[in-house]
Amino acid sequence: MSNEWPLWEVFIRGRHGLSHRHVGSLHAPDAEMAVNHARDVYTRRNEGVSIWVVKAGDITASAPSEKGPLFEPANTKVYRHPTFFDIPDEVGRM
Amino acid sequence: MTDNPTFEFAVRMGDNCLILGQRVSAWCGHAPILEEDIALANTALDLIGQTKLWLGFAGEIEGKGRSADDLAFLRDGREFKNGLLVEQPNHDFGHTLMRQFLFDAWHHPMLTALKASSDTRIAEIAEKSVKEAAYHLDRSTDLVIRLGDGSEESHRRMQDSLDTLWQYTGELVTPDAIDSTLGEQKVTPDLSVLKAQYSDYIISVFDEATLTIPTNAYMQKGGKTGLHSEAFGLLLAEMQHLQRAYPGVSW
Repeated sequence: MSNEWPLWEVFIRGRHGLSHRHVGSLHAPDAEMAVNHARDVYTRRNEGVSIWVVKAGDITASAPSEKGPLFEPANTKVYRHPTFFDIPDEVGRM
Repeated sequence: MTDNPTFEFAVRMGDNCLILGQRVSAWCGHAPILEEDIALANTALDLIGQTKLWLGFAGEIEGKGRSADDLAFLRDGREFKNGLLVEQPNHDFGHTLMRQFLFDAWHHPMLTALKASSDTRIAEIAEKSVKEAAYHLDRSTDLVIRLGDGSEESHRRMQDSLDTLWQYTGELVTPDAIDSTLGEQKVTPDLSVLKAQYSDYIISVFDEATLTIPTNAYMQKGGKTGLHSEAFGLLLAEMQHLQRAYPGVSW
């Protein structure tokens, strides 16, 4: 039965101010039931305040074979990290 | 008529949760798909959690030193006051969901009304439980509509379940002396108001689910006063086996 249902990727926001994070996947016949299933499977221990579900097939992913051209050029460019600034304490989480 | 109607009422509420929780927990590891398996186990755990509140409260007001565990595991069949609906066997997944829906559609408005109980302890328990019941009702409503208005087979199974289970819904909304006494004291809601809410809601859901409520069915009663159906003895034997075989055992 589960083979007939599409796969959904589940994103949960832990609390206000944080972004949604991918927590796993599940099977469901449509979006409404995917949210219910996500609630039952992934928020049993009070993990979330918000749930997103996305059909796994609707996600466009980068190809592993493209890893070199996509990511290696960023390897040697330390100046792109904002590590040369002192961040005032009042700013809090960045 | 008992001399402590509030105790009786708390036991009825607690036993409904306990017996349905026991029934639903039997699905753990057996549901048709993993997601529904976890959802059913969650529901069972919610109900067992609510049982602890109701039976704990019952034990306190009884004043004989019985704990929620004592009441759950050391009472005999006739002392259980759950409705006949919740003790009905699981059968298939659709039947289990129909039983859940017929219970949730009653449980949620009941708890909502009990939030305004003149007994503050009851109001507190209702306040704590009503959110869980709201989710249970959302879920069982959704699934009853999907399966009722689903394939030919799922429709047939849901209609068969409704035909079988409908006769056990009457006693949930039919007041007896205890309900009337507590109703007058505003401890519990007027069951005739609850009955109207219950019937409005399920009619609208069954309409969408393309299911038909049996007409002129005889309504069974007895659970509330301790007269249970045949399957109840087996359920109790399994649930109480450990405490009966090894009295006082703990881990």
